[in-house]
Amino acid sequence: MNVETAPALSDPDLNESDLDDLGLGRADYRILYHTMRLQREFEERVYRLFRQGRLAGAAYAGAGHEAIAAGSAYALGDADILVPMHRVIGAHFLRGHTARDMMCQYLGRANGPTAGKDGNMHCGNWDHHIVGMISHLGANIPVAAGVALASKIRGDGAVSITYIGEGGSSIGDFHEGLNFAAVHRLPMVLIVENNKFAYSTPTRYEYACDNIVDRAQGYGIAGSLIDGTDVRAVYKATRAAVDLAREGGGPTLIEARCTRLLGHAQHDDAFYVPKEIMEDGWNNDPVVKCENLLLERKYFTRDEIDAIKEEVKGIVDDAVDYAEQSPLPEPEEALEGVYAD
Amino acid sequence: MPPVTYLEAISAGLREEMERDESVFCLGEDIGVYGGAFKITKGFLDDFGEDRIIDAPVAESVIIGAAMGAALMGMRPVTEMQFADFITCGFNQLVNNAAKTHYRWGAAVPLVVRCPSGAIGNAGPFHSQNPEAWFCKVPGLKVVAPATTYDAKGLLKSSIRDNNPVLFFEHKGLYRFPRIREEIPVEDYTVPIGEAAIRREGSDATIVTYGKMVFHSLDAAETLAGEGVETEVLDLRSLLPYDKQAILESVRKTNRLLVVHEDTLTGGFGGEIAAVVADEAFEHLDAPVRRLAAIDTPVPFSPPLEEYFLPNTEKVTGALRELLAY
Repeated sequence: MNVETAPALSDPDLNESDLDDLGLGRADYRILYHTMRLQREFEERVYRLFRQGRLAGAAYAGAGHEAIAAGSAYALGDADILVPMHRVIGAHFLRGHTARDMMCQYLGRANGPTAGKDGNMHCGNWDHHIVGMISHLGANIPVAAGVALASKIRGDGAVSITYIGEGGSSIGDFHEGLNFAAVHRLPMVLIVENNKFAYSTPTRYEYACDNIVDRAQGYGIAGSLIDGTDVRAVYKATRAAVDLAREGGGPTLIEARCTRLLGHAQHDDAFYVPKEIMEDGWNNDPVVKCENLLLERKYFTRDEIDAIKEEVKGIVDDAVDYAEQSPLPEPEEALEGVYAD
Repeated sequence: MPPVTYLEAISAGLREEMERDESVFCLGEDIGVYGGAFKITKGFLDDFGEDRIIDAPVAESVIIGAAMGAALMGMRPVTEMQFADFITCGFNQLVNNAAKTHYRWGAAVPLVVRCPSGAIGNAGPFHSQNPEAWFCKVPGLKVVAPATTYDAKGLLKSSIRDNNPVLFFEHKGLYRFPRIREEIPVEDYTVPIGEAAIRREGSDATIVTYGKMVFHSLDAAETLAGEGVETEVLDLRSLLPYDKQAILESVRKTNRLLVVHEDTLTGGFGGEIAAVVADEAFEHLDAPVRRLAAIDTPVPFSPPLEEYFLPNTEKVTGALRELLAY
């Protein structure tokens, strides 16, 4: 189902004339803002739980990436396949994972998406058309290409979308996956979330060209360079790419520029990021920019925005309570599920 | 039906599965118009079309990774490594992605990786290897290595119908091996993954082996039979999972074990068999478990070097004599 035909995502009280140049209206922007705010609130809570020793393992955040997560996933239809990375939990939320699901996942609970078999953002769920990421970034670009290959062979009209950082653009799978998708004109979209640092490594040690999107020309595919902190820009570019893919036009490489507003993970204070980059990043906080858009367009009042924030906080409070009360797996469940029947 | 070769049996099995199930498709290098480096898919492009016989770029990681993606979507891809040696380029997709997916989030990954393996005479270090042991320690993968024409077809069918990633090691030296040409059933049949087969019954010693070494082992057993020694030859057929019970039963009967494989010795699959027998059948042993394998070097090119490297009938016979003399 495409966004434009999805009744749940449209405001029944709105006329078509109330939609903007992207075909989006007040209800759509509420969902986008809500998703971005939920990502921010959820991950802040995850960090806090980590510091409090209530969370085993690692804690990752996509602070600064919220517009990419929400704007891209919102451009998908129901049958499309999300092949996410660790900074787009908002995309998980839009595809059907709830805050409860993801908190159970973070806390290793038996009722989380991986039943405790894997942690944090490393989860998939075929009910929601989400492929689980592995830590070897770039490895799922070939997988997304294969998902798209199946769609092309079957002619089911679905599109796969996957993500990588600028750091992961250096690995061979980036080339193999994108080239394969290009050669077979597969319905795939690859978004490079260029947040300026791969862990601690700056872009000048990752690539020598001006823009990663310049590679699109080399692969013979469409490419676009966008402001990844602008949810409208992300939606617009993704929607165009998804439409092109669905029409048989092949893959698109989107480079979405943003700033990673925190360290690589909770343990990392990002001391190596120059102060001016971090300041500039926070001055372009995608969540605040979306909020300002909603206010400028008078979609919502400040009070209504505050109410959304409270609503989101309540969702996260509930998710933590729910997850902490959920059962841990029994130890011997470690033996289960190695093979499919 | 006239006798067919091991190669023809694999080709027929693949063809029948593609005819039986529309979700089966092939992805590999030069498998289309060329019909594959060894001609397993000869004629397939004309018969099944380019949506189902897909020539891949020279890029094993995307061949396996894309197969995994298609498998998640409910397809049953059969990938071809042009030579088993090249599977290293797709290692991560197999061991970290495909193998762990079902355990991690419950999605089945029914894919087959066909691996033409083994030494066939002076092909050097990169077209001769037997890399199966690298994958036998990866939970989530299955590994099979048929030795007979009947098994090649039956195990390929089982591999394609299995809901897990299966590595199918087909020894290149068996492809056109005249000795194993045989009539195989016209009707559909499968060989179950995980079951060994006794190729020769015996009471004095057991050889556990697989792949082309089955025949060197049978020949060695034949030689010693002339001297009054009856050797049991157990063909594992599957390495992961492997038929532990069959191994233990044979050892409990013969009390002596020689493990033979063409892969190199150290870290080879024979170590696992020796360990499990030491662990679970120690009191049935009349001699230490012996292993015969290739020497611990890359596969050398020049004829005398390669001959020195590889196990053969003479070496198996020698090892068997030593085992019996203990």
